[in-house]
Amino acid sequence: MKQRPDIEYLKKIAKDIRRDILIMLERAGSGHTGGSLSIVEILITLYFYKMRHNPKEPNWKERDIFILSKGHGCPCLYAVLSAAGYFPKDELFTLRKLGTRLQGHPQKGLPGIEISSGSLGQGLSIANGFALAAKLDRSSKRIYCLMGDGELDEGQVWEAAMTASHYKLDNVCGIVDYNKFQIDGPIKDIKDLEPLREKWSSFGWNVLEADGHNFISLIDTFNRIETSKEKPTVILAHTIKGKGVSFMENENSWHGVAPKKEELERALKELEGC
Amino acid sequence: MLKPTRDGFGEALVELGAKREDVVVLCADLTDSTRAGWFKKYYPERFFGSGVSEQDMMGTAAGLALSGKVPFACTFGVFAAGRAWDQVRVSIAYMNLNVKIVGSHGGISVGEDGTTHQAIEEITLMRVLPNMSVIVPCDAIEAKKATLASCDYQGPVYLRLGRSPVPIITENNTPFEIGKANILQDGKDMTIISCGHLVYEALLAHEILKKENISTRVLNLHTPKPIDKEAILDAAGETGAIVTAEEHLLAGGLGSAVAEVLVENIIVPIEFVGIRDRFGESGSPSELFKLFKLTAEDIAEAARRVLRRK
Repeated sequence: MKQRPDIEYLKKIAKDIRRDILIMLERAGSGHTGGSLSIVEILITLYFYKMRHNPKEPNWKERDIFILSKGHGCPCLYAVLSAAGYFPKDELFTLRKLGTRLQGHPQKGLPGIEISSGSLGQGLSIANGFALAAKLDRSSKRIYCLMGDGELDEGQVWEAAMTASHYKLDNVCGIVDYNKFQIDGPIKDIKDLEPLREKWSSFGWNVLEADGHNFISLIDTFNRIETSKEKPTVILAHTIKGKGVSFMENENSWHGVAPKKEELERALKELEGC
Repeated sequence: MLKPTRDGFGEALVELGAKREDVVVLCADLTDSTRAGWFKKYYPERFFGSGVSEQDMMGTAAGLALSGKVPFACTFGVFAAGRAWDQVRVSIAYMNLNVKIVGSHGGISVGEDGTTHQAIEEITLMRVLPNMSVIVPCDAIEAKKATLASCDYQGPVYLRLGRSPVPIITENNTPFEIGKANILQDGKDMTIISCGHLVYEALLAHEILKKENISTRVLNLHTPKPIDKEAILDAAGETGAIVTAEEHLLAGGLGSAVAEVLVENIIVPIEFVGIRDRFGESGSPSELFKLFKLTAEDIAEAARRVLRRK
């Protein structure tokens, strides 16, 4: 097990990433704010601590694979990939502009992006394909797949959940960004997911839970996935949609809306203060 | 000799299993029907059953392709192209992945199972996807060649296979190249362009018309996409009239693809043989061919019509 990194350093990165996300979205004039801010700590834990990867060699054969199944959260992934060194930071601000590699939803081709995604429910099946290939090739790589909670409404997720447990894919780690909202409103009002732990568990998964904004909780949880043998692991990461900006937190109107200039300034001031 | 095209596919898979370590096969609970089982028998470690989960299977195939494997994902045509279309679109075609999608039981010749199992829309649904190639072999020999060629071809391919035994009309040494149509019979008065099971009917129509002193070219357009523009334009220029024949809906299928090429380049009369805006139904393949007007006589009748318009 790797040593815990400097948590204060990770927190500093999180603040920078949130800042980048908000500026990118304001400049783009559209995009998904709430679900990008809720996954910041999860992605930083993966890219700055947990995963084996090399930004200088994005196609390194033995790298761990990260799949953003909830493609609309890509502003966060772009910001994290850039911070990790996959491409220059300037490019972040081309988000959603004509000719950009930073498409409105992820498109393979940008260094660090493993799959094109955006139509929900498809990532976990692809993760399983990577995992089966890794087993055939006797590779020890791990496959991480981040899903939204609303995304779990898609039947394909559960088809893939069955496949992963049937093939004993203990090299697959699913993560659910459990921020308790989907576009139309609170999950419990639109299509309740509970009991979610039991659902995954009954599908044959090793289920862990974490505070999705607490680095110590995330690190400790990610470090427990290797202990699961012959079973895939899912981490239910409890998060807050819009995390980090008071007027965006748990305010679902920010699901698919970018901040305007004045809102951006207020948000950045808040981030500076924290 | 009668043999289903799916058998040619199964034979090719077994050959590929021996030659190519990177070939893997997936199947959505139709292992015997699609002949994917022939591969499974010899290479079980490279066979992945997905259960009755076509959407999941397409995604799994995508992940395997992203890892450098060459997956053949097998199910019935209706489910490959219908049930899993968005997965094929986003998880495979959008990324231009090297996945070979195999839709067996194409067309109404599935017969008695009826509408839900008769794929009559897949040529359309697949060819509209950017990056996707579509191959419709006419007999088991061509199906075998098409499978081998698909494996060497970079990018997603949809391979349409049939359930019923059909006559062998090509030979082992007949050339097969993806995107290159074959002239099976030459003629000067008009051309029948066909693919899949109707190529045999087209050849029979050629004989019927010969007795009426009509000289017909028969073009086997086994690859509706990428389409062989040159062969189509040559046929139009040299014979001056076209009949297309397909075991498929007319909307968006082979006839549409041929018409798209023609109307941009040369105006010649065209007649279409195919299914007109309706679903299939239960019956024996030969009864259904008669009901849907897909027989050699129907093709010959379309040929007479097109000649009157020439």
